[in-house]
Amino acid sequence: MVAVQGKDTKIMLRDVSIYYSALHVIKGVSMNFLDKEITAIIGPSGSGKSTLLRSLNRMNDHIAGMRVEGEANILGSNVYAPSVDVVALRRRVGMVFQKPNPFPKSIYDNVAYGPRLQGQKSKVELDGIVERSLTQAALWHEVKDRLHASGLALSGGQQQRLCIARALAVDPEVLLMDEPASALDPAATAKIEDLMLKLKEHLAVVVVTHNMQQAARVSDFTAFLLGGELVEFDITRKIFTAPTDKRTDDYISGRMG
Amino acid sequence: MPYQQRLVTLAGYAVLLITALIFVFLVQQSWPFVREHGSLVFFTGDRWLPVSLPPVFQIGGFLVSSGIITGVAIIIGVPFGVLAAISLAELLPPGVSVIFRSIFEVTAGIPSVVFGFLGLKIVAPAVAGLFNLPTGLTGFSAGLVLSIMILPTLVSLSEEALRAVPREYAEASYALGANRWQTIWRVIVPSARGGIGAAVFLAMGRAIGETMTVLMIAGGRLAMPTSIFDPMRPITALIASEVNNAARNSIQYHALFTAGLILFMITFAVNAIAASVIVGKKAR
Repeated sequence: MVAVQGKDTKIMLRDVSIYYSALHVIKGVSMNFLDKEITAIIGPSGSGKSTLLRSLNRMNDHIAGMRVEGEANILGSNVYAPSVDVVALRRRVGMVFQKPNPFPKSIYDNVAYGPRLQGQKSKVELDGIVERSLTQAALWHEVKDRLHASGLALSGGQQQRLCIARALAVDPEVLLMDEPASALDPAATAKIEDLMLKLKEHLAVVVVTHNMQQAARVSDFTAFLLGGELVEFDITRKIFTAPTDKRTDDYISGRMG
Repeated sequence: MPYQQRLVTLAGYAVLLITALIFVFLVQQSWPFVREHGSLVFFTGDRWLPVSLPPVFQIGGFLVSSGIITGVAIIIGVPFGVLAAISLAELLPPGVSVIFRSIFEVTAGIPSVVFGFLGLKIVAPAVAGLFNLPTGLTGFSAGLVLSIMILPTLVSLSEEALRAVPREYAEASYALGANRWQTIWRVIVPSARGGIGAAVFLAMGRAIGETMTVLMIAGGRLAMPTSIFDPMRPITALIASEVNNAARNSIQYHALFTAGLILFMITFAVNAIAASVIVGKKAR
């Protein structure tokens, strides 16, 4: 397995294991996530993809009995050190969920939520952030005339782009996406994928996906997870054309999962 | 249709029919009064002289009293009820929540005459002392006791509304760097506001209809109240205190039925608002 390194490493995992009480969910995973690249995590259901992704901004913290071993160095600090400010970490590592989950608030208030949490009150500033974030999420032209309509009134694909805009509004350095298109139709999925390619010009993107074509289309690096173990991690083209491990070959060719 | 389903449908229609019959009965019993004395002054005036010659019937003072007592109960009860619901739904560990919830449920089962006693013995003297009043039997005291009596309704329905907020909203908020308080105040409570609103209207319906406690504590004065610290008689207490003495089928008897009809329409409207809030929320 090549140790992916280079440019700017945003996240470095060294022998990370995650337990839910007695359950050993992630088993000694070591890998790097690079800036301005899309890293896909693939694997069958129950392989620990989401657990691994959610450990990167500590969204697993509330699960009773959750325990992490090893070193997860994210943006220069070990995020499971006791001194880490989880709130600050989550501002720098944004997240988009599987099911679009805009708040039952207006489009504007959805995007302004993060900046307002940080104390931003100036209407001029907020207006600017809202326009910039919606533009980055390729949603501005569709909603600019109805910013005060409810976010729930949008279509599923638009809702997911609204959630992306909401995450971008706090200027994260890493964007975690947990199967961001699995609840969407093919046209909406294509828009999200185009958007991911644009987003990687500015930040590191980590995407968990069930859809192998999607991983092949958008990602630069792919990690294959099986039973909590990192089976193979390499340049995406290599994973999909010449995998080293037999299990990877079985999975991507549809003989497993 | 299988017979079980038919039976259930029938029971549903029976409830509707009974409600409709109550309304028809009230209208029918009110009619002799409305025909003779029906006018706008009935609602606005505050002279109630049912056995004088000629009798005068004006329920403005009773309506205002009902409004004051209900208002006091809601203004005091709602903040406590909503805060209690927030702690049950979001803050307390599940084990502790269960204990508090059972306490609220027990409160719901206390007969209102017992609340009346507590009001007479504790609340009324305290209110008299605190505000330096000649008597503690006032609309404010009654509202204060009612604010406790509506807590079970407020707390359990608000808690239900808070728990129904999708977990995904809270997750999105945490993922944006919000802490627990920010998530509760900025996302969870606003998302539950429809259900909390319905809880407030249902509690209001309960407060307007409460009879025994207000009969015992509100003071019973017939005149239009000029302050929340006046003794007063809400419309429920008016009916309860006079219906046994009114000669059957006298004009006073029918006037009390008319008061009852008005009370019925007010509570029906309040509950209908609560129901439409709930239905509207589900439709979205």
